[in-house]
Amino acid sequence: MSDKSEEQRLSVFKTYKLYVGGKFPRSESGRVYEVTDSKGKWLANAPQSSRKDARDAVVAARKAFGGWSGATAYNRGQILYRVAEMLEGRRDQFAREVADAEGLSKAKAAAQVDAAVDRWVWYAGWTDKIAQVVGGANPVAGPFFNLSTPEPTGVVTVLAPQESSFLGLVSVVAPVIATGNTAVVIASERSPLPALSLGEVLATSDLPGGVVNVLSGRTAEIAAPLAAHQDVNAIDLAGADDVLAKELEIAAADNLKRVLRPQPVDYAATPGIERLTAFLETKTVWHPTGSLGASGSSY
Amino acid sequence: MASAFEYAPAPESRAVVDIAPSYGLFIDGEFTEAADGKVFKTVSPSTEEVLSEVARAGAEDVDRGVKAARRAFEKWSALPGSERAKYLFRIARIIQERSRELAVLETLDNGKPIKETRDADLPLVAAHFFYYAGWADKLDHAGFGANPRPLGVAGQVIPWNFPLLMLAWKIAPALATGNTVVLKPAETTPLSALFFADICRQAGLPKGVVNILPGYGDAGAALVEHPDVNKVAFTGSTAVGKAIARQVAGTDKKVTLELGGKGANIVFDDAPIDQAVEGIVTGIFFNQGQVCCAGSRLLVQESIQDELLDALKRRLSTLRLGDPLDKNTDIGAINSAEQLARITSLVEQGAAEGAERWSPACELPSSGYWFAPTLFTNVTQAHTIARDEIFGPVLSVLTFRTPDEAVAKANNSQYGLSAGIWTEKGSRILAVAGKLRAGVIWSNTFNKFDPTSPFGGYKESGFGREGGRHGLEAYLDV
Repeated sequence: MSDKSEEQRLSVFKTYKLYVGGKFPRSESGRVYEVTDSKGKWLANAPQSSRKDARDAVVAARKAFGGWSGATAYNRGQILYRVAEMLEGRRDQFAREVADAEGLSKAKAAAQVDAAVDRWVWYAGWTDKIAQVVGGANPVAGPFFNLSTPEPTGVVTVLAPQESSFLGLVSVVAPVIATGNTAVVIASERSPLPALSLGEVLATSDLPGGVVNVLSGRTAEIAAPLAAHQDVNAIDLAGADDVLAKELEIAAADNLKRVLRPQPVDYAATPGIERLTAFLETKTVWHPTGSLGASGSSY
Repeated sequence: MASAFEYAPAPESRAVVDIAPSYGLFIDGEFTEAADGKVFKTVSPSTEEVLSEVARAGAEDVDRGVKAARRAFEKWSALPGSERAKYLFRIARIIQERSRELAVLETLDNGKPIKETRDADLPLVAAHFFYYAGWADKLDHAGFGANPRPLGVAGQVIPWNFPLLMLAWKIAPALATGNTVVLKPAETTPLSALFFADICRQAGLPKGVVNILPGYGDAGAALVEHPDVNKVAFTGSTAVGKAIARQVAGTDKKVTLELGGKGANIVFDDAPIDQAVEGIVTGIFFNQGQVCCAGSRLLVQESIQDELLDALKRRLSTLRLGDPLDKNTDIGAINSAEQLARITSLVEQGAAEGAERWSPACELPSSGYWFAPTLFTNVTQAHTIARDEIFGPVLSVLTFRTPDEAVAKANNSQYGLSAGIWTEKGSRILAVAGKLRAGVIWSNTFNKFDPTSPFGGYKESGFGREGGRHGLEAYLDV
């Protein structure tokens, strides 16, 4: 494109919308807030989600839970990998958004996006391995066998990290859904645009609607009703400061949500499996055998 | 029902256990009085006889206990795992040696039948120490990375339904991983924990590694809140579990909670009826139903309801209620007057809400706390007795027609600890087990426990697992 044509052509702005139940609604409240780059330049008006948006997202996530948790691990892995494919194709867009959001050079922002895509691939490969790593057969002292299997805990609220708008986001969302949970994600308050764009990627990646729901707005305002919500099973407090984290953890006790407290994380490093196991339950199923192993058999 | 044979009593001798008239708190390897000199009496629920007077821990004592545990932590956690293992193996062996004494003691203080303490509690207690002893020098291989570190001081609060077993579930993994502990037994059943203190002495366990602080809820709360406690482990009611979850919010304390349950025991029409009846009885009348994973909601397929209930009632008529020290006794005493009152009130509410109450002809002893095995039919999901944990020998019977309905009803609970499935069809077991939201599922059996097997709940039955490799995680910095 020549300089001349750039002067003549007015670019098309994007209206950023929430991603809830596989659809792209505006906030029910009709509110938006101004998102700027690191230098204060206007980037977009992001939806400012309300308590009602949060509740709608939980309904969508609950509805999606049965199908998603019931899908085979192989199938979930395929779909997660498909998300990585779609992300790769939108690499430049995300690099631009991350550069704007975090004030990074183009090269550094691109490196963040690459790391995020690789992270997503890493988690895609975990879906059909985590049960073998953390589950197993237990050698019971008696004529029984029993098997311990990990299962997703349910609907997980995720407060995405505030500073790392994309790599941090991917690092907390992928493990939640890799294990079969569904998620209500609150994007970074100051830099929500990469998260809202992630919604567009997810919508075109075979991921069933409602498995991931992305809300933008004031973290504390959206998180409060989610931490108290009786149909939310767990909460990842990565994006909460100490004061908010404590408040939310207290609210979460009402129905004994599983709580992952905020902790210092180097998102550039390869993660361990803690974010996978934090949202898993262990189910142990017993059955009589009538005998013990091969004892008494002739060969 | 009149029995064809009358059994002569077969009482277990009390002579094997020597209960002192008073006990202190066990802090830093010594028995000591409470700072404020307070004491409480522990009674035998089957006779209301006062067994002993026990020092009652307060906040100041909790602080002393935590300080002792903190002092001991440095050396204990630095010991090679193989040395910690040997201490735990010693403890396991001493428990085996003294198991008859401990079984009688537990029955006296708790009220449960000697048959259960002798054949279930004590073997499992020893097995837990034996199992976790073997982990102490193999933690690199437990799946939590190389050289996983202990957390520090563990504050542990345990209930009265399995006093010594719950102690074993808490202390064995804590010590194996290199933590030191302050444990508060329940106020109605402090004695076996104090005898355990003596076992620690016999085993030569370093001072301060295990501290036992008998007391009430205030001592438990002080322990949970203590700023120098790194790990909180609690087994008990969901209400207290929620309070603990709030208390530790915003701290670095790691928490595991084993809370209430309202287990569904699902019987399909192709189930082996006689085995199912035995499983139902074990599910709800084991330990007088004072079991968090009890199968307190029986879900019967409608087509076999009459047949199953007839068989069940016939079986209940053969249960023997009475002196817990009698080796023939199936149903012992309820643990306390308070618990008896709670059971009585919920049962009255069940009748008032329209469920149909049935008990076998059953004579209750004139002293002590007793409740006859009780069955409720015509129960709906809205009834209090189908929703609230009764924690007593009370079974609520509901029906279903299809597997989907069974699953929906079983999952219709705030709790998710245990469930049972009775069917001859393997694919049905696996399909239903997969859909049930519960941490422990027994198919064609019930109330089985083993130290190698993780135990713990979904939903409001708490979080974390005890037992097995999974049980180590709660005491490691991972």
